[in-house]
Amino acid sequence: MDHRPQAWGRPRDDVYGAYDASYLNNSGPRTVTQSPVVTGTSVIAIKYKDGVVMAADNLASYGSLARFTDVKRLRTFLDTTVIGFGGDVSDMQFLDRHLKELATDESYEVEPTLDDEDDEESSSSKPGHLNAANLFKYLQKLMYQRRNSFDPLWNQILVAGLDSDSKPFLASVDLRGTSFTSPSLATGFGAALAQPIMRKYAGTEEDAAKLTREQAVEVVKECMKVLFYRDARSLDRYSIAVVNKDGIELKEDEQLEKQSWAFAERIKGYGTQTV
Amino acid sequence: MFRNNYDNDSVTFSPQGRIFQVEYAAEAVKQGSVVVGIASKTHAVLVAIKRNAEELSSYQKKLFPIDEHVGIAIAGLTSDARVLSNFMKQQCLGHRLTYSRNMPIRSLVDMIGSKAQINTQHYGKRPYGVGLLVAGVDDSGPHLFEFQPSGMTEEMIAFAIGARSQMARTYLERNLDKFKTSTREELIEHGLRALKESLVQDRELTVENTSVGVVGYVKETKKTEPFQVFDGHEVQRYLELVADDKKEGGPQAATVEDESTAMDVDA
Repeated sequence: MDHRPQAWGRPRDDVYGAYDASYLNNSGPRTVTQSPVVTGTSVIAIKYKDGVVMAADNLASYGSLARFTDVKRLRTFLDTTVIGFGGDVSDMQFLDRHLKELATDESYEVEPTLDDEDDEESSSSKPGHLNAANLFKYLQKLMYQRRNSFDPLWNQILVAGLDSDSKPFLASVDLRGTSFTSPSLATGFGAALAQPIMRKYAGTEEDAAKLTREQAVEVVKECMKVLFYRDARSLDRYSIAVVNKDGIELKEDEQLEKQSWAFAERIKGYGTQTV
Repeated sequence: MFRNNYDNDSVTFSPQGRIFQVEYAAEAVKQGSVVVGIASKTHAVLVAIKRNAEELSSYQKKLFPIDEHVGIAIAGLTSDARVLSNFMKQQCLGHRLTYSRNMPIRSLVDMIGSKAQINTQHYGKRPYGVGLLVAGVDDSGPHLFEFQPSGMTEEMIAFAIGARSQMARTYLERNLDKFKTSTREELIEHGLRALKESLVQDRELTVENTSVGVVGYVKETKKTEPFQVFDGHEVQRYLELVADDKKEGGPQAATVEDESTAMDVDA
């Protein structure tokens, strides 16, 4: 009988045989994400005079396979902020759960002010709540922290809403924690295909401040169409969100309209064409 | 000889259901000199009486800035307050770094509340021997909180802790309705008048023994007027507001001339 403490509470080896721990040891080093698996493509967003318009299609690709066609890649935070995710979908789902938790905690923080009779605050600037700029800063720190632990969240993220001065806010952060802001932003293929189009309308903050909501939505829809024409990992069903001081209007099952593939036959130089 | 058997540690209840160590800690707060805090819709002020250990020494500070938007006033063991102050500074800085905003005052106060409560429920630990008034502004405006060694925290419109603070609290209760709409200067004046109430017969407020701390919130710009402590000659102009001997009435009773002279001093 083995009386040594390390044998306490364990099945006796002389009765049951030695414990087979082999299935517990996964040999080799601990591994982290080396490349994204199921991915979402571009997210695009543009500022206008009172807010921001953001869109992303509803596709999650498995390599070049259009695997899931109903994935919602835009999410809202506390009815004040829109977040768009490009890149790995499982990391997006992780962030989605994380942000949900953060939003719950934040909702409990709401302070009953001593004088609550004269609060005429709009829904998009709830006092004491994280605004888009605050949330973006948090995501930026989170992404950079994960990169520094060599286990990045494989996403590029756009955050849209209003900042602490109630001005439209739009910023981007990627898997390395790199962040920047601009009157219009696009991730993935959109950076090459949609951004030049959006810059025609909102090249500077001043230009963006002149855009109306209708114009901004129109530009974004046009960009989604171009992306569908030319990005092979895209879909014609998409989500579009408008965020301003009155809150968020999010439509998650939009269909691209007025497509014309007439240009397609003029494209040469690909595939098996011989001419 | 009578001996209390139930006050050796902070984990044992007395048969009457009391925890003596925690009550003794509350006594330490009452030994400290008085501090007063008031919050209005736009500002939160802290005023304090400083004590010097002996004639030859300097006066012990009572007001401490924590972050741009928060300050504390302490009553009790200064060395214990140091620990809490450092902790609060770190939390505020961490919050500013991750969210780029003023840490909500309630979150901050809740954290020191939890920290202090742990000390009342572990053998071998002792409660903090200090009470705090925490004044600050965040996105939801100015706030004033009280903190007790037991870990209890409470939001206050106005409050006073420390030696003879009951007199100051009585003054505050009498003038409760005026605070909400008071201006910055009026709030300081109320604070100093409350302090005056708690003074012993032959003492008075001087530039040496009085501290004033102010933090504000400008609603139009949504910007913070940073927490600032006034000591020494800087409190002179505030002391002049309460130099007269009309004890009651508060700022509203002050004549227009009084205010204009106060302005001249500043210019």
